Amino acid sequence: MAVIPVSRKPLTLLERTYLPQIAGGLKTTLKHFFAPKDTMEYPEERPAIPAGYRGVPTLVFDPHGREKCVSCQLCEFVCPPKAIRITPGEIAADAPTAHVEKAPKEFEIDMLRCIYCGLCQEVCPEEAIWLQNVYTTSGYSRAELVNNKQKLYELGGTLPDTHFKWDKKKAAEEGGNAH
Amino acid sequence: MADFYFHLPALLRFVLQGTAVILVLFPLAAACSMAERKISAWMQNRPGPNRTIAPFLAWIPGMGVLKRLGLFQLAADGGKFTFKEDPVPGHVNKFYFILAPIISMIPALTTVAVVPFGAYVTVIEGQQVLMPIMLAQVDVGLLAVFAVSSLGVYSIILAGWASNSKYPFLGSVRASAQLISYELSMTLSVLPVFLWINAPGGAGTLSLLEVVQMQSGVGLQWDSVWFVFTMPVSAFVFLVALFAETNRQPFDMPESEADLVGGFHTEYGAFKWSLFFVAEYCHMIVGSGVFVLLFLGGWNPLPGLPLHLLADWMHIMDKPLLMGLLGIGIFLGKVAAFIFFFMWVRWTLPRFRYDQVMAIGWKKLLPLAIANLIFYALAIAWIETKA
Repeated sequence: MAVIPVSRKPLTLLERTYLPQIAGGLKTTLKHFFAPKDTMEYPEERPAIPAGYRGVPTLVFDPHGREKCVSCQLCEFVCPPKAIRITPGEIAADAPTAHVEKAPKEFEIDMLRCIYCGLCQEVCPEEAIWLQNVYTTSGYSRAELVNNKQKLYELGGTLPDTHFKWDKKKAAEEGGNAH
Repeated sequence: MADFYFHLPALLRFVLQGTAVILVLFPLAAACSMAERKISAWMQNRPGPNRTIAPFLAWIPGMGVLKRLGLFQLAADGGKFTFKEDPVPGHVNKFYFILAPIISMIPALTTVAVVPFGAYVTVIEGQQVLMPIMLAQVDVGLLAVFAVSSLGVYSIILAGWASNSKYPFLGSVRASAQLISYELSMTLSVLPVFLWINAPGGAGTLSLLEVVQMQSGVGLQWDSVWFVFTMPVSAFVFLVALFAETNRQPFDMPESEADLVGGFHTEYGAFKWSLFFVAEYCHMIVGSGVFVLLFLGGWNPLPGLPLHLLADWMHIMDKPLLMGLLGIGIFLGKVAAFIFFFMWVRWTLPRFRYDQVMAIGWKKLLPLAIANLIFYALAIAWIETKA
């Protein structure tokens, strides 16, 4: 490639006094002085969280109030930093959801280990674990930062469900169509 | 009350007056640091410090506005600087290291003694006389300001040298070179003003009061024009030199944090550092005050509308207290506007390179000041001989 010498224009006398440039700069800063501020005043104002955001992992109920987790422990296996610990438990035989067979007795996610990768959500066959829009966690001790089952459901709440998998299964069973 | 005050011994009265002025100047300088933070924030589209408030004040209605303005942040900062641990590094010359910030405060607070900041009318022997409000009415006026305020650089030199460290030393060397370079232009730039106010053959004066008197004409006449309009080049040179003298951007060579860490106060912390800081703002306030007195009509609200006319309209000519407060208010308003200008420039311009500072000082400003002086000397001579 050829080198093209570009001659720099010599400064005019007015430019060499700096004054017009300084005046221009002062005008710019004055404009910003009165402009609306860009800062978000954080704890009072929160940023809008986009859909699909990977926040703190949570457990959710289905619209009928049934806990969706069946403690299959797939998330526990897939979790790269081994942040999840599940203690499986039984569902009482007389409960209306007895046909689901299993539910977690205890479900702990260690937020000091979690890397917010979302693999648990991806692997969950029950769509029971979701990374939602909570993005701040804080605590005074290590123990406080381990979210237990109760805390996980508090954070998760109820999410809409399009499948009602277990209801369909129960209906099919009752209709003599068990597979 | 007033009688009681005037019967006190003169020395005690002077001490009280001086303390009163310092008690205004010192917090004002501290408030400037908060103004600086807020103004820089606003110019960068940020809200600036706006969260601090003492819990027991929070329930008072209206405090929210002060909180948003960061007023309590100022108190928090002040408290922090006063009470935090004050380290003295092991490698410094302790005596001079501790002496330097003290020395920086002394000229900063001393210059204000000869700066008039208001005026009132009193009747002496049946005549109305305009009396200035100032601590020491001396005839050397401006000379005293120049003489004392340039002592401020000694504290910087002392701090840089006593710190026994490279960057502070470089900073202090720069400060002294810069001060010498710009002191010349500054002094030369105000000479035309004093050529104009000192009639040939009469008793000469350098009093700042006289300068304001010469800008106090009523209505459309020669005396009512402020010197900034008749001597714009003088005002400009004085302004630029003032920026350099107070070590403000774009001339803050002594502490340029990009190349010298923190300059002369790199090794300082806590209370000693805050003394340097406040001294710098005191210099700014007094420097702005001198500029306002010299070129912007002092305590006169508008060109052609002097203070005594305004006081006459408001019927407070015979109330020296009210008139004095009015004058001080107008003067402080102008000074505040000027301080804003200082900060506005600081958050607009980048710092000059050191060689540029020297080139501007010696090759541009000084010849300009000399040419300006010669021009006004000839012009004033022509006007005086014609009249």
